[in-house]
Amino acid sequence: MRIIISNSSDEPIYEQITKQIKAQILKGELKQGDLLPSIRALARDLQISVITTKRAYEELEREGFIETVQGKGSFVAGQNRELIKEKKLNIIEEKLSKVVEESKDLGISFDEILELLKILYEEV
Amino acid sequence: MDYILEVKNLRKKFKNFTLDSISFNLEPGYIMGFIGPNGAGKSTTIKLIMNLLKKDGGEIRIFGKDHEKYEKEVKNRIGFVYDENYYYEDLTVNTMKNIVASFYSNWDDNKFNGYMKEFDLNPKAKIKTLSKGMKMKFSLAVALSHNADLIIMDEPTSGLDPVFRREILDILYSVIQDEGKSIFFSTHITTDLEKIADYITFINKGKIVFSKPKDDVLQNYGIVKGGLDILDGNIRKEFIGIRETKVGFEALTDNMDKTRKMFGNKVLIERATLEDIMVYSVRR
Repeated sequence: MRIIISNSSDEPIYEQITKQIKAQILKGELKQGDLLPSIRALARDLQISVITTKRAYEELEREGFIETVQGKGSFVAGQNRELIKEKKLNIIEEKLSKVVEESKDLGISFDEILELLKILYEEV
Repeated sequence: MDYILEVKNLRKKFKNFTLDSISFNLEPGYIMGFIGPNGAGKSTTIKLIMNLLKKDGGEIRIFGKDHEKYEKEVKNRIGFVYDENYYYEDLTVNTMKNIVASFYSNWDDNKFNGYMKEFDLNPKAKIKTLSKGMKMKFSLAVALSHNADLIIMDEPTSGLDPVFRREILDILYSVIQDEGKSIFFSTHITTDLEKIADYITFINKGKIVFSKPKDDVLQNYGIVKGGLDILDGNIRKEFIGIRETKVGFEALTDNMDKTRKMFGNKVLIERATLEDIMVYSVRR
């Protein structure tokens, strides 16, 4: 597992942690059954407070990414394929809705966005 | 919820200073930082908790027990680090250790020797020959060598260089790897707390300003910067402290969302540090 925290970011630290762990699970870098560091060990390693790591793990648990077994630790939960696909789509949906919002603000039409998207998708 | 440290309506009156009905709680497994300017009442509060001063009123419970009635039992489970040296200066480190060790039923000599090595302390050195940092290391080694469940420290990092302060933080992290243990420490070096503390209790002029999870504090407090044209009497009242100059103003808000809605793009809002919060709250 790899987590890098920015202290100067506007994003709360627990969110930085959840995002990075989620991304690693969705990309398959973290696999079902993988053991995560304990809440307290992670706090020590990242030099942040226990409450922050605890909140991050609770969030991941609530969204079904990890499971905590009392006395054993937290593990990457089994992800069903459809669910993974849905979660991936959710991430993109969230970003696209921001694009749509801003495009409307700036008076850019749907066709223009589509055109841009086509070009970008082929380029990258 | 069982608290490891519970302070309720604590009062103490001096000639020129009153500790005014102070309350806060600490759960097992967490670190609480106790901040405030000089003379705010930090050391007094800690002395009252340790029963080195007699309280006038209120209640202090440690491990769920009254701190006066069960003083001996309670203190056996507290590791205490005090900001001034309370050891006999002419004794060697080892002799002093033997005296202190005899007070604790769970003294662990192996652990102590481990810390002596880790901290590079010479057991044969006289206490008075130790530097300030070395004395602090010795105090810390003593506090951590009797299996204490609660570590209480008064200004443990003041007067120490950043390298050693960071070392202390690492040691504190290793203490709370055990979720039954807690740490309560006062400091005015807030950057240390910004890393490690789970809770912040802020005291000013003998009163608690707030006692909250650190993440909540840092999430909600912000520094607002803008031009003088948007300030008027009502708007000034929205802020906790304000600094006005010829070229603009800087103020502290405890509700960044509200401030953002009120002013939109007319002001710049940045996250406040604990130091900002302390400085602006005290100056108001």
